[in-house]
Amino acid sequence: MPSKIIDFKPRQEPHFPRPGLHLEIRGISQSYGALKVLQELDLDIQAGEFVAIVGRSGCGKSTLLRLIAGLEPADAGEVRHDGASRRKLDGQIRFMFQDSRLLPWRKVIANVGVGLKGNWREPARLALAQVGLEDREKEWPSVLSGGQKQRVALARALVSQPKLLLLDEPLGALDALTRIEMQNLIESLWLEQGFTALLVTHDVSEAVALADRIILLEQGAVGLDLKVPLPRSRERGTAEFAELERAVLGRVLERNPPGDSLAAKRRADTVANS
Amino acid sequence: MTRAHGFAHRLAPWLLPAILLGAWFFAAKSGWISPQVFPAPWEIGDAAIRLGDSGELLEHLRISTARAGLGFVIGGGIGFLLGLLNGLSPLAERLLDGSVQMIRNIPHLALIPLVVLWFGIGEEAKVFLVTLGVFFPLYINTFHGVRTVDRHLLEMGRMYGLGDFDLFREVIFPGALPSILVGVRYAFGLMWLTLIVAETIASTSGIGYLAMSAREFMQTDVVLLAILLYSLLGKLADSLARWLERRLLNWHPAYR
Ligand SMILES: Nc1ncnc2c1ncn2[C@@H]1O[C@H](COP(=O)(O)OP(=O)(O)OP(=O)(O)O)[C@@H](O)[C@H]1O
Ligand SMILES: [Mg+2]
Repeated sequence: MPSKIIDFKPRQEPHFPRPGLHLEIRGISQSYGALKVLQELDLDIQAGEFVAIVGRSGCGKSTLLRLIAGLEPADAGEVRHDGASRRKLDGQIRFMFQDSRLLPWRKVIANVGVGLKGNWREPARLALAQVGLEDREKEWPSVLSGGQKQRVALARALVSQPKLLLLDEPLGALDALTRIEMQNLIESLWLEQGFTALLVTHDVSEAVALADRIILLEQGAVGLDLKVPLPRSRERGTAEFAELERAVLGRVLERNPPGDSLAAKRRADTVANS
Repeated sequence: MTRAHGFAHRLAPWLLPAILLGAWFFAAKSGWISPQVFPAPWEIGDAAIRLGDSGELLEHLRISTARAGLGFVIGGGIGFLLGLLNGLSPLAERLLDGSVQMIRNIPHLALIPLVVLWFGIGEEAKVFLVTLGVFFPLYINTFHGVRTVDRHLLEMGRMYGLGDFDLFREVIFPGALPSILVGVRYAFGLMWLTLIVAETIASTSGIGYLAMSAREFMQTDVVLLAILLYSLLGKLADSLARWLERRLLNWHPAYR
């Protein structure tokens, strides 16, 4: 539905059936040996917000997600979930990866229900129906296409009704068409369920299409925090969309880490020559 | 056409054995090979019927199979459990793996004199040797299987709230199973090999003993019968292993 852009108001307290998780990240630092990946990073994410994280490869995006999920402890700083300091993994948080990580020895339906207790079959079936794969529940994962596997992984992530969904380049391995389909699916499920979503992506247009806010991670901290004032569902063809995409992309490529200027210059030259 | 094709497909593995049997048949019929050196197929059939009628053959078969089975269960069981333990616990690995590897480098058949000293030529000797023979393939393949389970799947399992036991049941064991079954297949092979040698050297019953005692009476037909039986039993064990793979790994595209 093409909606008029002048009518746009920032999304305010939509009627969520189950509000997402309010995430506060305070002064988080993480290093591996001499490599300082994150340095006193602060970030506040509202309940139910959709935030995209972009940045150069190796800038610490995955590391940040892992710290938020509590998969590893941070060197310093604190992650607060709904105001409470939490370090352990729990059922409120679900993770989706670039590879689907389905158990090859379990049928599709059992993969969706993994980790669920009690009567898991019904909810798993519902979740599969939500991603449009209700008729594939008895298949082995190995017969599914890449896009279908990711849809199963999405169903698995959402079946337990998480409050926070962390997505680490979940669509990175898909072709352009499937990717857009998946983006629409993720957006519609997010609108419907109201969880907080944190999406790491290399694809700036994906960030512009989905996020309320785009965060650029740079030198271990937030280099840019940009609201996306486009109404949903967003049309990729519009001038506003293209303008935002161009601006973010320009910003991502603009600054280079100190000490890396030679490599950066070389990179810039290659881009200019190609 | 496809039916005929499917039939030919099924028959293909039997082609070579059939040709060999035919050649043997004709060679024996025309007297090219001496029955003393290599008896005719029908003579071996006669020997089978003769020994079968007296119940002798079945008794030897039963004894050999029981020894093989018992040794496999004990040795395979210990190898499997120790492989799991060392695969799951780095501490156990540090404590035990080095010693196990050291013992592994002794060919288990070299222990026959020692085993005969310990157990005489009773049942224990044979079962012990088979146990030793099947232990290592299962130990090593189970250990390797557990160690090479996909890290990403383990991480996923933890993130999706699987506890230790569920993680084992849902991720570690099924992930290690292809490797474990490779171990089972190797163990089946070693099981018969060990038993043949043990029965030939130190026994008063079983197929190996049958062959050995027939040699003393120059019964070449019985010797050949025993050898054929061994190859048949080996083939059976291999088919069992394949069947297990097809059944337990039916999720795996390579086994469908
Ligand atoms: N466990 C670890 N041990 C050592 N170094 C690590 C570890 N995890 C990450 N790193 C390093 O930290 C840096 C950031 O890694 P991270 O995976 O967070 O990057 P990323 O932004 O997700 O990159 P990409 O976009 O390529 O996925 C990299 O230089 C990486 O080599
Ligand atoms: Mg990453």
